[in-house]
Amino acid sequence: MRIVCPICGARDRREFYYQGAAVALERPAPDAGDAAWDDYLHLRDNPAGDLDELWSHDAGCGAWLKVTRNVSTHEVKAVRLAGGAS
Amino acid sequence: MRFSGLKILTEGLTGNKGWGPHWRSPEPKPEYDIVLIGGGGHGLATAHYLASVHGITNVAVLEKGYLGGGNVGRNTTIVRANYMLPGNSEFYSHSLKLWEGLEEDLNFNVMHSQRGIINLVHSDGQRDAFVRRGNMMRGQGDDAEMLSPDEVRRLLPMIDYDQTRFPIFGGLYHKRGGTARHDAVAWGFARSASDRGVDLIQQCEVTGIDVEAGVVRGVQTTRGPIRAKKVGMVAAGRSSQVAAMAGLRLPIESHVLQAFVTEGLKPCLDHVVTYGMGHFYISQSDKGGLVFGGDLDMYASYASRGNLPLAEHVAEAAMTLMPVLGKARMLRSWGGVMDMSPDGSFIIDRTDIEGLFVNCGWCYGGFKATPASGHTFAHLLATGQPHETTVRHRLDRFRTGRGIMDEEATGSQHNLH
Repeated sequence: MRIVCPICGARDRREFYYQGAAVALERPAPDAGDAAWDDYLHLRDNPAGDLDELWSHDAGCGAWLKVTRNVSTHEVKAVRLAGGAS
Repeated sequence: MRFSGLKILTEGLTGNKGWGPHWRSPEPKPEYDIVLIGGGGHGLATAHYLASVHGITNVAVLEKGYLGGGNVGRNTTIVRANYMLPGNSEFYSHSLKLWEGLEEDLNFNVMHSQRGIINLVHSDGQRDAFVRRGNMMRGQGDDAEMLSPDEVRRLLPMIDYDQTRFPIFGGLYHKRGGTARHDAVAWGFARSASDRGVDLIQQCEVTGIDVEAGVVRGVQTTRGPIRAKKVGMVAAGRSSQVAAMAGLRLPIESHVLQAFVTEGLKPCLDHVVTYGMGHFYISQSDKGGLVFGGDLDMYASYASRGNLPLAEHVAEAAMTLMPVLGKARMLRSWGGVMDMSPDGSFIIDRTDIEGLFVNCGWCYGGFKATPASGHTFAHLLATGQPHETTVRHRLDRFRTGRGIMDEEATGSQHNLH
């Protein structure tokens, strides 16, 4: 599996660290309550199709990427910087 | 039909013409007391114990593919009770005791082989940790003993002791651990459940879960609607999709775990051996193939196949531990879809929907749990109360923080188990 890093270009999966579903970008307020935090930390849609994920290009530029990937076929459909700059 | 030595002898002398199908293939009835979604090892075991322990036989097991076609047919067949966290240790201890009586219980040869498991030790710190683990296993009532380097050498002559990257300082020996024939486990539970009146319905995919005013009423399937007083979801890697039909989100991520087998070889490895430094473990099947595996591919996946980086990693570990493996040809590799929970421990609980129950989160350890998973899930479905060995395995433990069983001391967090 190859991921096209917006900064470095197409690179092998081995260069990337996987964080999981891109829920980390939607952190609840500290006082949002235990249900909101449980939702954020633990509960997952876990679809068998397209999923937005966070990957870090650890062995490259170090950028955090938001990757849309089909988790059944492993097709990478879209990659952008997690900070939203690309 | 019961298996016996006499039956096998008679059939052998008369052309093996007297064997029939091992389970019925009935049409689904319009209504059952209990419907189980998922005809894998855990679902079939649940059906067996519902019938044999609780006398509840108006039960259907719905399977979208064929019985035992999921993870119970895709694992590395290891059976053990070497846990040390309260909650999990008594559960797996319970499971190993059920394994020890399983063949008589089912009248089916599941080829349970208590050949022993040896966890190799590579440092003083790891030795201390394994001595502690062994003591806790013994305190739990299970068996464990520490092996000296010479004792490990005597038992495992295949290992490279002199040049290995991680020298071997001994091992933790769990003699009652071992392997079982994975498919036979599914078939044995299926046969027993069917004989006792449970309907096993294959090629029947659940497409909806009917909930009215917070109470489960039944399921929609590709073979028509089926009403049910209680529904149990036992879908392993597909648990999230099943739960979503009832509007639930689970604390589960699905990941793929690979395994490998070599061509058949003469007997050369008598035990199950784990090599923690390389995330590697190996045993030899009764057909002679060396069966081994490693860690998750480390990203979400529903593909029942693995990636190359992990295959390389496993091969490197194999060559480090047992360079002689380089002479063996790899026959096959495969992957199973694991239902990973945030703390590395499973969930057996009721849900917020009355009559709807969930059994999931087995991470990479579901096979050895098969009998106890079925036994305790059947207890919950039949009595409404958790079995004493699963009181901590609640669905809401991540929200409340009570009873979290953090298997790898990494915190209750996805992707770290």
